[in-house]
Amino acid sequence: MSYLAVSPGPHIRGRVTTQGVMRDVLIALVPALIAGTLAFGLRAILITAVCVASCVLSEYLFEKGMKRPVTIGDLSACVTGVLLAYNLPVGIPIWQAVFGSAVAIIVIKQLFGGLGKNFANPAITARIVMFLAFSATMSTWVIPNFLPDAVTSATPLALLRAGDAASLPSLLNMLLGQRGGCIGETSALALTLGGVYLIARRVITWHAPVAFIAMVFAFTAVLGREPVYQIFSGGLFLGAIFMATDYVTTPRTTLGRIIFGLGAGFITVVIRAFGSYPEGVSFAILLMNILTPYINKATETKPIGGAQT
Amino acid sequence: MRKLGGVSTPHHKNTATSPVEEIPTPPEVRIPMSMHIGAPAKCIVKVGDAVQVGQLIGEAAGFVSSSIYASVSGKVKSVDETDAVTGYRSVSVTIASDGLQTPYEKLSPPDVHDLPSFLEAVRASGAVGLGGAGFPTVAKLTVKDAGKVDYIIVNGAECEPYITSDTRTMVEDKDYVWNSLKLLKKYLKPAHIVYAIEENKPEPIRLTRELAANVQPGEEPLAEVKVLPSLYPQGGEKMLIYNVTGRIVPEGKLPLDVGAMVINCSTLAIISRYIINGMPLVSRCITVDGSAVKNPKNLAAPIGTPVSALFDYCGLKKEVRKIIMGGPMMGTAIPNADMPILKNTNAVLAFAEAEALLPAETPCINCGQCIKHCPMGLMPSNLLTAYNLKKPENLAKYKANLCLECGCCAYSCPAKRPITQYMKLAKAMLRDYTAANANNSK
Repeated sequence: MSYLAVSPGPHIRGRVTTQGVMRDVLIALVPALIAGTLAFGLRAILITAVCVASCVLSEYLFEKGMKRPVTIGDLSACVTGVLLAYNLPVGIPIWQAVFGSAVAIIVIKQLFGGLGKNFANPAITARIVMFLAFSATMSTWVIPNFLPDAVTSATPLALLRAGDAASLPSLLNMLLGQRGGCIGETSALALTLGGVYLIARRVITWHAPVAFIAMVFAFTAVLGREPVYQIFSGGLFLGAIFMATDYVTTPRTTLGRIIFGLGAGFITVVIRAFGSYPEGVSFAILLMNILTPYINKATETKPIGGAQT
Repeated sequence: MRKLGGVSTPHHKNTATSPVEEIPTPPEVRIPMSMHIGAPAKCIVKVGDAVQVGQLIGEAAGFVSSSIYASVSGKVKSVDETDAVTGYRSVSVTIASDGLQTPYEKLSPPDVHDLPSFLEAVRASGAVGLGGAGFPTVAKLTVKDAGKVDYIIVNGAECEPYITSDTRTMVEDKDYVWNSLKLLKKYLKPAHIVYAIEENKPEPIRLTRELAANVQPGEEPLAEVKVLPSLYPQGGEKMLIYNVTGRIVPEGKLPLDVGAMVINCSTLAIISRYIINGMPLVSRCITVDGSAVKNPKNLAAPIGTPVSALFDYCGLKKEVRKIIMGGPMMGTAIPNADMPILKNTNAVLAFAEAEALLPAETPCINCGQCIKHCPMGLMPSNLLTAYNLKKPENLAKYKANLCLECGCCAYSCPAKRPITQYMKLAKAMLRDYTAANANNSK
């Protein structure tokens, strides 16, 4: 016994680590990449790789430049990269993808203090920045037919908006991702598979995604706007399963997560139905991110046996 | 009914079926006069005195205090102030053993015939909460109004990983425990006695059910056996009371205020041992385990035995880098292997390098795990923020004082933040703040 470590308890720790959580999220995102590649071709993988690489590099360079500890090992930058790529159309120019990644990591994450300190989801917010900056390329959609850069077409949401229900893809194709849209958002089935994996691994709870999707369904049903097509369209499943469950920018308690989901669902439908954009998931999540500290405050837990003060 | 938080730790109950082995009498024991909550006992021996096993060497100094007895026969070698496990200094009596273990000749079973004589026997047994708390048992059992005791709950949860000393007591000393329950029923007249055991202890559950079922026709069973889920900290007093009775002990109140009394099973065993055999608490069962221990075992050792003697008996297979008295969640890391085992030491764990070093702390990712797992329904992440911002008023608002320091928050934190450790500091900050406020308002 050369020397003994002395520290207060607990002396053991659970197995879950930040890196492990991020790794699980990356695993859960794989089915959507497969579906996206089947729909849009190998360029889907290229764009994803570009976003991941530029996110990790941005984080590394920024932290080096600021003389902070380099934290790329926690894999959170990889998750941001994948999520951002999934939110881009497959035909996006490479330089724009790199720019978006840098915005996500440097402006939205690192300038606010790095992992855990950013108030908004980096991928979603970067997508919004790109949507405003590069509106032409960000809304040029490729028809999924295994051949990249073949024909451009409208997304189901645009068709719904135009009242062109006859041109809508079949529901089966909607589930499998054979429809116009961003790289990782088209296959509700693949995204749900990832969500089930995350719930089974206890990385996320079902509350926010289910509340989000149910709210979109119910509200569009009330408005009489094809609720089934509405929930499988746009980025709803991607946003509900992977962004509305981001730890940093969403509430911490079960009740808070339900409120977050319902609120995001409500805003999504309002934008889709009454706004000037066909899709509202990104804006809905960003707005709810901003409300998250207030939701946290409103849903504080009650201590067992705590006296009123 | 609200479900309490908690964590599912690995059980590591490697020694659950290892019968208790008595270790050879150590050449020397060091017995601190403070092994309990309350006033330290008053030492009544001096250097050179000859003592025998069970002879009083420390007199209880007040109501919340406990008597201390020589655990070996031999000569008092020194009476001096030494470092205690708690970090404070404490007067300790060191006895050089003569190896004979001669029982004190004046010991005899006490005469127990009514409540005062029963309480006197409990006091004389030197019993304290053997599950770890070390609260003098006689102080717990002395109730002003006996009719207030609705539930007596026997704590056989033993929810900390590794530890099996209560398990072995519930198996090997089951009749002693049961006898104490009869006495409690007779003298304290509780409406219910519930024997609570975590579900990962099949043998104690089976044996206790047998005892409970062994009643004359038409007679009520003495105790109900309640099997609880294995969820740390199930054995916490407030958790047990809630999960058995559905009652919540309000902030600042005692279990008795909701009619409940929780007593550890090993404590009950020692009371009956004294009442039947006349030998007070001089030795106890200790689980020796951990990654550095070659043969994990349950040992019976005299109080005051140095930890190193336990390792000598069980053998070590790796270099020891951390020694924990008690369980890995709430136990105390001790600075050297010369520390003596105390009345409330239920386990000694020796960890090798891999378990001894704690992971580095990374930023909070707001995942809410600490909130989800807190058995008291607190918001550890908010408390941590309040502590870091030095805002004791927020610590008061978020009830840092209710924290049990059970370790669930730090255990479940993916960012590996030492939340429980900060909580101890936060509670001290809150105590200072409350005291200063009380002074100001005077």
